[in-house]
Amino acid sequence: MTGDDTKHLPLEDIHMAAGARFGAFAGWSMPLTYPAGVMKEHLHTREQAGLFDISHMKLFEVSGPEAVALLNRACPLDAGALEISQSKLSFFLNEAGGILDDLIVTSLGDTRFMVVANAGNAVADEKHLRALAADFDAKVEPLDRVFLAIQGPEAWAALSRAGIETGSLLFMHGVEPRKNWFMSRSGYTGEDGFEIGLPEADARDLVAKLLGDERVLWIGLAARDSLRLEAGLCLHGQDITPETDPASAALMWAIPKEVRASGAFIGADALRAAVERGPAQKRVGLKPEGRQPVRAGAALFDADGNPAGHVTSGGFGPSAGHPVAMGYVATPLAKPGTRVFADVRGTKIPVDISSLPFTPHRYRKG
Amino acid sequence: MATTYFTTDHEWLRVEGGIATVGITDYAQEQLGDLVFVELPETGKKLTKGDTAVVVESVKAASDVYAPVDGEITEANGTLSSDPSLVNSAATGAGWLWKMKLADESQLAGLMDEAAYKAHIG
Repeated sequence: MTGDDTKHLPLEDIHMAAGARFGAFAGWSMPLTYPAGVMKEHLHTREQAGLFDISHMKLFEVSGPEAVALLNRACPLDAGALEISQSKLSFFLNEAGGILDDLIVTSLGDTRFMVVANAGNAVADEKHLRALAADFDAKVEPLDRVFLAIQGPEAWAALSRAGIETGSLLFMHGVEPRKNWFMSRSGYTGEDGFEIGLPEADARDLVAKLLGDERVLWIGLAARDSLRLEAGLCLHGQDITPETDPASAALMWAIPKEVRASGAFIGADALRAAVERGPAQKRVGLKPEGRQPVRAGAALFDADGNPAGHVTSGGFGPSAGHPVAMGYVATPLAKPGTRVFADVRGTKIPVDISSLPFTPHRYRKG
Repeated sequence: MATTYFTTDHEWLRVEGGIATVGITDYAQEQLGDLVFVELPETGKKLTKGDTAVVVESVKAASDVYAPVDGEITEANGTLSSDPSLVNSAATGAGWLWKMKLADESQLAGLMDEAAYKAHIG
C-alpha cells in the first residue's frame, strides 16, 4: 500500500505499460519486477543489457570558487585532485566516522562537480551539504532529472544504436554529452554500463529508442539488488550505516592515502582513531553451504557457538548459482575460507567467509 | 473423487480419502516470483491450522506457507529440494508442497471452492 507521501517516478506510466509490479523502497513506489521475473532480468543484464529507472536517486551539482573546499570538508576526498570527468566513490561521514551516505563525485571542471546520492538519504544529504556550504563560496543545486542506468555487455552498443556514442568514456568517468545531460560509465551491477541523468522529455525519447532494441529489457529493483549483491557492492542502510565506518566496511580503498593522513573532512579524527585501533568487525562476503538463502538480520556464530557477527544482505545469486550474502564478522574471522554458522529459523547453516565479488566485475577500464 | 478447496492465503488442497495434498495457487507463485528454495516439513509432524508448514524462498524474500487445517504430515514433495522452480511452473500440479492426514474434516467447510477463490483474487 502506498501512502500520500510516496513519491512516484516521472516515467511511472511507462513502467505500468511494461507490466511492472511495484513496491515501496526508500519512500518511492518502484518497479520491483517486470513480467520476465527477477531471475531472467538478472541473467539478461549479465548477458545483454538491462535498463533501470533509478530516478529515486538524486543528482546534485556543486559549484563555485570553493566547491573543492566544500567537498573536501564534506567527504574524505581530494576533489581538486580529480581530473576533469573523473568520478570517485566517497562518503558523507558523521563526527564518529559513521557512514551517512555513500556517493559518487564527478569533476565537471575546476569549480563544478556532480554528486550522486542514494534515494533514502537524498533529503538528509541535501540538508547536510547545504548547511556545510554556508561556510564556503559554493552552491548546491539539486537537479530535476530522470536518471536511467543501462548495464551489461551490450549496453554501449544499445546506446550507440539509440544515437548515444560512449566512445572513449572509461569506467568511473562522467561527461555532459548534451544540454542538461550527465552520463557516466558506472553502475551497480558489476557489469560495464552507464548511468544517465537527463530531462524527462529526453528520457522518454531515449527509453523508446532503447526498448526498440531487442537486447534491452527493463530490470526491476529485485534484480538490481541481486546483481549488486553478487558484485559485492554495498547497499546503504543495510551493509553500511551511520554505525559503520569505512574501515570496518572494508571501504578504505575509496579514501586516498594523503586524505587519510591529513584530510580535514568531517569524521577525520574518529576515522583515524578507528584505523589505529583496528576495526572489531569487518564486512565480508558470505557463501552459505547448500541452496538455502541466508538473509539480512541472521545472526552468525563461530564453530563453538559464540556470537561472530551478522548478515546485512543475503539472497540467491542467479549468476553465481548459489545463495550469496554479505555481513560483518569479528576481525579474526574475516578471512576467506573461515567457516561460521548462520541461524536461520533455528537451524544452523554453515557459511564460508568468501572474497568479494561473487561474480567477476567486467568494467571497461581501458 | 478428489475435491479441491482454496484458502484466503492462496493455498489449494486436494482432498481424497482423508488425505489433503497442499500447494500454493498460481496467483501466489506469481506474486512470489522465482523460487530458489523450499524448506520442507518432516513426515509425522503434527500441525494446527495456522502453523507454518513450509517456507518458500524467492530470490528476494522468504515466505511462510501455513497449514490450512489441522493434521499430520504424511509426505513432503522431495522433488522440490532439487527443483524448487516446479512451484512456479506447475503450482497446482507437480509443484505441490506436502500431504497431510486431516484431523478434522469439518474444517474443510470453512474453505472456498474454485469459483469463490477466483472471486476472491478478483
